[in-house]
Amino acid sequence: MYAQQVDTGAKRLKNLEEMSPEERHFQEKVDAEVRIEPKNWMPEGYRKTLIRQISQHAHSEIVGMLPEGNWLTRAPTLKRKLQLMAKIQDEAGHGLYLYSAMETLGADRDEEIEKLHRGEVKFSSIFTYPTLTWADMGAIGWLVDGAAIVNQVPLQRCSYGPYARAMIRVCKEESFHQRQGYEILLTMMREGTDEQKAMVQDAINRFWWPSLMMFGPSDANSPNSAQSMAWKIKRHGNDELRQRFLDQTVPQLEFLGCTAPDPDLKWNEETGHYDFGEIQWQEFFDVLKGHSPCGVERIQQRKSAIDEGQWVRDAAVAYARKQKQKAKSAA
Amino acid sequence: MTKAFSDTRNALAEYLLRLADTDMVLAQRLCEWCGNAPALEEEVAMMNVGLDLLGQARNWYDYAAELLDDGRDADHLAFRRNEREYRNLLIAEQPRGDYAVTTAKQFLFDIWHHQVLSRLTESSDERIAAVAAKALKEATYHRRRSTEWMLRLGQGTEESYRRLTDAVQNLWRFTYELTDTDALEDQLAEAGIGAGNVGDAWRTEVARVFSEAGLEQPEPARHFYMDGKNGKHTEHLGFLLAEMQYLQRAYPDATW
Repeated sequence: MYAQQVDTGAKRLKNLEEMSPEERHFQEKVDAEVRIEPKNWMPEGYRKTLIRQISQHAHSEIVGMLPEGNWLTRAPTLKRKLQLMAKIQDEAGHGLYLYSAMETLGADRDEEIEKLHRGEVKFSSIFTYPTLTWADMGAIGWLVDGAAIVNQVPLQRCSYGPYARAMIRVCKEESFHQRQGYEILLTMMREGTDEQKAMVQDAINRFWWPSLMMFGPSDANSPNSAQSMAWKIKRHGNDELRQRFLDQTVPQLEFLGCTAPDPDLKWNEETGHYDFGEIQWQEFFDVLKGHSPCGVERIQQRKSAIDEGQWVRDAAVAYARKQKQKAKSAA
Repeated sequence: MTKAFSDTRNALAEYLLRLADTDMVLAQRLCEWCGNAPALEEEVAMMNVGLDLLGQARNWYDYAAELLDDGRDADHLAFRRNEREYRNLLIAEQPRGDYAVTTAKQFLFDIWHHQVLSRLTESSDERIAAVAAKALKEATYHRRRSTEWMLRLGQGTEESYRRLTDAVQNLWRFTYELTDTDALEDQLAEAGIGAGNVGDAWRTEVARVFSEAGLEQPEPARHFYMDGKNGKHTEHLGFLLAEMQYLQRAYPDATW
């Protein structure tokens, strides 16, 4: 999940009787699956929640370019280099149209990015992990994009129109990335040397648990999740999505000929799902607080790119202004 | 100056490697911008240009590999040849620097590239003409984009003007290779295969944009002893290749 633990400001859910007429009308529309569009009335909490979620999602797309950028200059073949460049380009594009969707809610892209750089808002925990070998490019495509898709498919039906529509395009491109990632690993497992196979298993060992953590801790008793669900921003609980991801991923893992770093992982005939071991949530919370090998560095790199690019953006603005003046005086 | 190649097949392979290596090295420099561009729109645009150049490199390498017919494929040509075997223009391997350096570098190259590809669309070699026709569409966009940035930086702020002037001054000496041809290029041009010397058109177009951007037109660059087209490079290329070729060198038996 690219947006984790989004605060809705809700302590408990209001029932229809407690709502103002506007709120009630809004909730009835949402309940009837009518899309909310930018010019429609919406509760302030709904607007703020969406800004938080979409900006976190956009930030994650942009920060998510960095672990891959770490291998872009070292991609092993022309084909792999082209694929990775195209993937990173897609991610920058996702960031751009997510920020646009966010701006329809009255937020400002530059301000939200500054909040990220000041450490006031988060990006997905997964991108604080280092990419140590080329196999990590496969593991990220397969597991991380895979987990993101499981989360984002329901977001295509999110109650807020611009976000839902952005997700349709994002999901299409990410499915493509996931297949490419899996194919990187499959090639190494099928045609690679022993060293390469060990590289694949090592990448899976490192990214397995962090990918499961992407869905966030259980939200069964969370008022934020209940509110997001009532607003139909969120459609499923974190545990349900995590299970769905796991159920689809384990057969793919077996097909690769690899194992998960989880001795408790096994098929449960009764439930029709895979059982799995306990997630070490302390690591997740630590990572969110910056106790990770790359959390600080990712933000530093983003901040220095924007800071060092200030003079370029200034020049573009000054040039556009001069052109406008020229056109005016010529008219 | 290189010796004239006695057989056209080898001469053509050598010529294709020059085109391919230049595209490849420039794409690699653009990859270094990933996550570091001055705006998100530029992340997308630079990756886009890089993708085009890398795609073109692959097409040229594929053809070169067929002509060489010595068991090396496109990946081998890109990832296993060393500095002295690389045939790219010197300007391509210069460090990415700040955005002014990258803009000036891309611009000086784009004008040359566009001219070369235009001529190659009329090559008597059908395969070259076909690859060039597709590449020319991409290069037309590259040229428009880098020209626009030359104007923005040249006419933008005092700082952008100063940075662009410094960048041009530093890169200018490498433009000798863009306006000069050697025996190999002349031989292929005479045979109706290669692009030949595009120096005059390059100088005219560059002068026009410099004048609009408010930049001084430097004296024509003079020949100096280094020669990227024949494998004599600056110190920068070795590091670039060390990074780019790392996996192929470290795991020579691997399949990726």
